[in-house]
Amino acid sequence: MSSISVKNITKTYEKGKVLALDNISLEVKSGELFGLIGPDGAGKTTLFRILTTLLVADQGQATVAGLDVVKNLWDIRKIVGYMPGKFSLYQDLSIEENLNFFATVFNTTVEENFHLIEDIYVQIEPFKKRLAGKLSGGMKQKLALCCALIHQPKVLFLDEPTTGVDPVSRKEFWDMLDRLKSRGITILVSTPYMDEASRCDRIALIQKGKILDIDTLKNIISKNTQLLLAVKGEERFRLLNDIRAYEDTLTCFAFGEENHVVLKSGTEKVDSLSKYLADKNHKGVEIKAIEPNIEDTFIKLMLESENPQ
Amino acid sequence: MNKLLFLLQKEFKQIFRNPTILRMIIIMPILQLILLPLAADYEVKNITVSIVDLDHSPYSNRLIHKIDASSYFKLVEYSPSYRKSLKTVGDGKTDLILTIPRGFEKTLIKENSAKLHLATDAVNGIRGGLGSAYLAQVVGDFNREIREEWLVLPRNSEIPQIEVTSANWYNPYSKYPLFMVPGILVVLVTMVGAFMTALNIVAEKEVGTIEQLNVTPLKKHEFILGKLIPFWVLGMVSITIGMVVAFVIFRILPVGSFLTIYAFSAVYLFGVLGIGLLISTFSDTQQQATLFAFFAMMVFILLGGLYTPIEGMPRWSQILTYFNPPSYLIKIVRAIYIKGSLFSDLKNDFYILIAFAIGFNGLAILNYRKRMA
Repeated sequence: MSSISVKNITKTYEKGKVLALDNISLEVKSGELFGLIGPDGAGKTTLFRILTTLLVADQGQATVAGLDVVKNLWDIRKIVGYMPGKFSLYQDLSIEENLNFFATVFNTTVEENFHLIEDIYVQIEPFKKRLAGKLSGGMKQKLALCCALIHQPKVLFLDEPTTGVDPVSRKEFWDMLDRLKSRGITILVSTPYMDEASRCDRIALIQKGKILDIDTLKNIISKNTQLLLAVKGEERFRLLNDIRAYEDTLTCFAFGEENHVVLKSGTEKVDSLSKYLADKNHKGVEIKAIEPNIEDTFIKLMLESENPQ
Repeated sequence: MNKLLFLLQKEFKQIFRNPTILRMIIIMPILQLILLPLAADYEVKNITVSIVDLDHSPYSNRLIHKIDASSYFKLVEYSPSYRKSLKTVGDGKTDLILTIPRGFEKTLIKENSAKLHLATDAVNGIRGGLGSAYLAQVVGDFNREIREEWLVLPRNSEIPQIEVTSANWYNPYSKYPLFMVPGILVVLVTMVGAFMTALNIVAEKEVGTIEQLNVTPLKKHEFILGKLIPFWVLGMVSITIGMVVAFVIFRILPVGSFLTIYAFSAVYLFGVLGIGLLISTFSDTQQQATLFAFFAMMVFILLGGLYTPIEGMPRWSQILTYFNPPSYLIKIVRAIYIKGSLFSDLKNDFYILIAFAIGFNGLAILNYRKRMA
């Protein structure tokens, strides 16, 4: 059974001039942890706002837990939890007061659903009298998650919950999502970080309002059969430019200290590439074949969608 | 209901945590009520006069003494020429120049009439206009005096004369604060009701909390009531503080009943809360709301009859004041404070205030619905 269903949703801004979502369709199964992965401006937040009944799409239908996002908006608002990308709780209320407030708004009490937030809440409980505006970024995220969970939602929408959070807190946050998933809550989470894709059951890669692919991370990567070379050298910037200028180069992007290169001829002419680089006086050049990762795959899909053959 | 109570509780908590709002509500009425009635005074005094006496006769001397004796004028200069005097007007040192021409006394006696020349600095129209009017009065007095002397040397034979004495009703001593204080009370209520509400709602938009609330089962009317009621209470508090300050500082108490004032303010507040709500529907940031409020406040005050009487405005702007809620309450509160008008005297205005309350809130809710799907 699908918990979230999006069919051919299109949304434009500024009277049709800006296309935010272009005919998007996706299904999220009940109890799934689904990741929406794409860069800033891809349309992730727009999709969240449509699914949480804050925006109405120009075209297409969407349902959450079987309820239409336009017709049944008041029913949806009772059963979803939403954590916007920007911290949106009352900065001038304390942790405790914010939590009580949102519990009351949902016609429930903190005690009633405490079991759901307990292991998150205990981490911020020592500061429960502190005003939300005075909390650190990681604590704000935890409080926001508590507030989104306090009414025991069936579906949880988390819009870039880990943006601006330190790596340790990010990992903790994903661990919390795993525990929530084990309680049967469907979670749709968006993130611009490709490395977080591995924490999701399935992911949708989204770019410029279009979905590039939807599948498990493993399948998405395994579908990427391109032959990839990692090229390392001493003068990184000159190396990047020289590889890009090479006639056989299809794409070349910098990844850390390596350049990930796809050649038009595949891996057959690796020797001629190394000769070319040697001619350009590059020292310490190492070339090796590698397996593509999610970022390579994203770039490949992105380029394909921009220049369809 | 329980939810609404909780919303109100939350709203008051936030208000009491915000020192700026508290300061606005407590200190603003006190400052405005102390400063404005004392500073804004229409009586024009200390008009500076420069005299160009080219006659140097007993009559011209007498006229000059008469002017000097008046409390309105301050003689700043005796100048030998008009042209020289004009320079001091340019420097802003003189408001009026009175030129007494050569042979003033002689012509007056011989031809039974003589001319004086009066020049006024009209940069400040009110000061110039009033100044020349006062001076003309002094000259008129002077004229009457000398004619009486000429006519009847034996003092005992009375000539018939009409003298006008005026009595000021309701405000017998023309106390300026008595006129200003009720108006300022209205300004206070308007600021709290309209603009603090607008800013408060827009702040929720700016911070994003409104978006979080929109994903909850909280109904729009609950949200709106949760916002309007606290500011309605604050508005009533602020008018109460205002009335206390008016008594403590100026010993001004309404001749009419406090209850009538509260009844009108209560309805009026709902109207201005509607204005606040309306402003909040078309501003996205507090900055926009502030600018809009600032503009609206200017119109409210200038077209409200706080400083300039509405009756003195041109016809078209008088019509505009019909749509200006503060103009009604200013009139009403003045009537209650100064004349002691009863509720029944002001019944029509009460209906108009109710109409404003319904109108502005209706507009705001329509606009609110349209903008937030």
